[in-house]
Amino acid sequence: MKKLSDLHVGGHGVVKNVDGERKIKRRLFDMGITPGTRVYLRKKAPLGDPIEITLRNYELTLRKAEAFCVEIEED
Amino acid sequence: MKKFALAGNPNCGKTTMFNSLTGSTAHVGNWPGVTVDKREGVYKKCPEPIAIVDLPGIYSLSPYTSEEVIARDFIMDEKPDCIINIVDATNFERNLYLTTQLMEIDRPVVVALNMIDALDKNGEKIDEVTLSKRLGLLVVKVSALKETGLEELMNVAYEASKKERKSTTVLKDGPLGHLIGDVTIALKGQNIDNPLFHAIKLVETDEIEVRSHAKAFEVVEEFKKVFKDELFGNDLEAIIADGRYKYITTNYSPTLTKRRQNEAEMTSSDKVDRVLTHRIWGIPIFLVILFAIFHITFSTNFLFLGGLFSEDWVSCAGTAFEGVFGEGGISSPGVTLQSLVVVGADAVMSLVESGLVAIGSPDWVVGFLVNGVLEGLFSVLSFVPQILVLFLLFSILEDSGYMSRIAFILDKFLRKFGLSGRAFMPMIMGFGCSVPAMINTRTLADEKEKVATIRVIPFFSCGAKLPILIGIAGAMAVSFGIGNADLVTYGMYLLGIVVALVCVLLMRNTTLKGDLPPFIMELPTYRMPQFKSLMRLLWDKLKHFIKKAFTIILASTIVIWFVSHFSFDWQFLSDEQMDMSILASIGKFIQPLFTPLGFGSQCGQWGWMFVVACFMGLLAKENVISAFSSLAACIVVANPEIMAMDAIPKLIAVTGASPAALIAFIAFNMLTIPCMAAVATARGEMPDKKTFNFTILFWLVVSYSVSMMVYVIGTAWWTVFIFAAVIVVAFFIIKAFFKDKDKKAEVKA
Repeated sequence: MKKLSDLHVGGHGVVKNVDGERKIKRRLFDMGITPGTRVYLRKKAPLGDPIEITLRNYELTLRKAEAFCVEIEED
Repeated sequence: MKKFALAGNPNCGKTTMFNSLTGSTAHVGNWPGVTVDKREGVYKKCPEPIAIVDLPGIYSLSPYTSEEVIARDFIMDEKPDCIINIVDATNFERNLYLTTQLMEIDRPVVVALNMIDALDKNGEKIDEVTLSKRLGLLVVKVSALKETGLEELMNVAYEASKKERKSTTVLKDGPLGHLIGDVTIALKGQNIDNPLFHAIKLVETDEIEVRSHAKAFEVVEEFKKVFKDELFGNDLEAIIADGRYKYITTNYSPTLTKRRQNEAEMTSSDKVDRVLTHRIWGIPIFLVILFAIFHITFSTNFLFLGGLFSEDWVSCAGTAFEGVFGEGGISSPGVTLQSLVVVGADAVMSLVESGLVAIGSPDWVVGFLVNGVLEGLFSVLSFVPQILVLFLLFSILEDSGYMSRIAFILDKFLRKFGLSGRAFMPMIMGFGCSVPAMINTRTLADEKEKVATIRVIPFFSCGAKLPILIGIAGAMAVSFGIGNADLVTYGMYLLGIVVALVCVLLMRNTTLKGDLPPFIMELPTYRMPQFKSLMRLLWDKLKHFIKKAFTIILASTIVIWFVSHFSFDWQFLSDEQMDMSILASIGKFIQPLFTPLGFGSQCGQWGWMFVVACFMGLLAKENVISAFSSLAACIVVANPEIMAMDAIPKLIAVTGASPAALIAFIAFNMLTIPCMAAVATARGEMPDKKTFNFTILFWLVVSYSVSMMVYVIGTAWWTVFIFAAVIVVAFFIIKAFFKDKDKKAEVKA
């Protein structure tokens, strides 16, 4: 299964499922990362991590470790 | 008085709205038990005055962050007469997520559709009538920035507050809707307030709710057994969050606005961001901005113009403003403001002094009021301009949206020390002043991370400690002929940073062990900071400092003056006789404690001054050097031959303190318990008394051991090997001890 952390800069995907620790999972959901949401990897931080994604018309940053909890389907 | 609460996402314009509604009536207070500022003000244009409460910015009502819990508790316990939900129209989808949660509470809710002006600019529209119908809530279009629609909003909210409102939910469909409906009826049977809200929280297995409604939860567990979803199984927290967003996307997709036609398109904010977070230039740009901030605040050679002018035209020599605008170089705005305060303060002091003398007051009264009370007060107040300038500049970074980018850039580096990117800002603010820096730790979501950060903030040597560095290093250059005094200064700054990082690493692996806090953060669109709200912030800060200056600081100044000008048999002592004072006696008594640090008993008859200076530093760090100046007066009586020297070289001459001891003295003052203002702030930010007491102990232990190491190694360099060995052994002992503890904790769990 492809993860959000596997995306390359400029890549798109649609969220399939979110997994991981309850607290982190809830936070990801609250920020709008729910199944069916389209995400776009805008950029990576100068040191390569965290990443910046665009979803629901706004920008969100999260670490690769957290992005690894998000399963996506690339389109 | 009716009470309205402002609720909304961070960055939705809540603060601007609050300021526009309440004008100058706002005041900042603390929440009982929890230390997040609650801002309260009064709105006066309705038929009756209305108290407006600004809740912390939140994305959800989950139980996982302190802000969310606070907002939730406020709404549940204080039962505001109306909740004004501010929704950023340009970020509609995510903002509406909170709305779908607020509407589940039995309180009147009015939606303020904010940033309508920005939407109009993009030529976009939201049909508020349809929106209102679908949500079942009143919707008013406003622009907090342009101050349009606010009166209408308040009138609608006022009318709404007169009626009861029944809660509704968007989670009505399918088996989930049935489950929630069943639980709601069950809770209603138990006469629980807000049955719908609690039902949904219990279905989510919300920690706080399960604790407070344990009995009801048993019923919910029964209902939940039959529930199963294809994708999430029985993870109802996920199913509910998903349900809310599904509702938003299906019902409002035609209303949704887009900042970009496609994701790859660049908005102007993106273009700014492309430069500021550039893969290569991002970090250097950040360093330059940081340097600029400190330069504007602290530099005495602004923009390095000093070398440009041969004539010393800015010094205003011979006038009342001598030195205010700089000498040689031009003072930065921060330094100029500070000098102006000093000039004003001196004028007030000499006026008071001549006035007192004119009416024939006794010497001790003049000494007490002028040199004791006023000088003590002004020495603290003189740092207020620089603190305000620093605070202003950091607020500009915050409001513009750059602050979250700094966290984005630095997260990976700080992770190595067990911190998240957000911890950087408070630490770096510590170079200016520990007080705003400690307050800034509120942006950290993780309690342990917050405590660790507060503890090391004082190690980032603040503006008030700079005189200690410059004063002692300068005196060392004079007394020992050491050429590069700045090397000492920079070295000490570096020492502070290294000690801070080592301590954080140590704490995060031992007493404050915990998982690396998650880093999931919104990167808001860049915005122009608003002059009005910046000024408002500064005004709040200024009020805060003045209040502190006239309470704690005034009181302790008086105490110190008395103990340094009276002997144990209540004889008044002049400045020259201070070595017989109560303070000196106490200093002499504890002097031996500092022998391992190099400035204790080996400094002989006058060594107590070092000790007393350290104590004076607890009041305000700038007192350390000013204490030397006033105490040195009594040295001259016994040693007239060194009359011509400056205060600190005088002290070095009579005590025979070695360079190693002097550096140890700087290190001790830099790392030990910070000034009272910072200690009081730390107390307010700490979760409990025990953590705070431990923090004080931590500061003492760190400062004592580090400066002892500095002194011993400085005296005999080969002891470096001994310390290295001790540290290695200590490392393994600590590691073994905490491994054992972890195991025990695991067994218990």
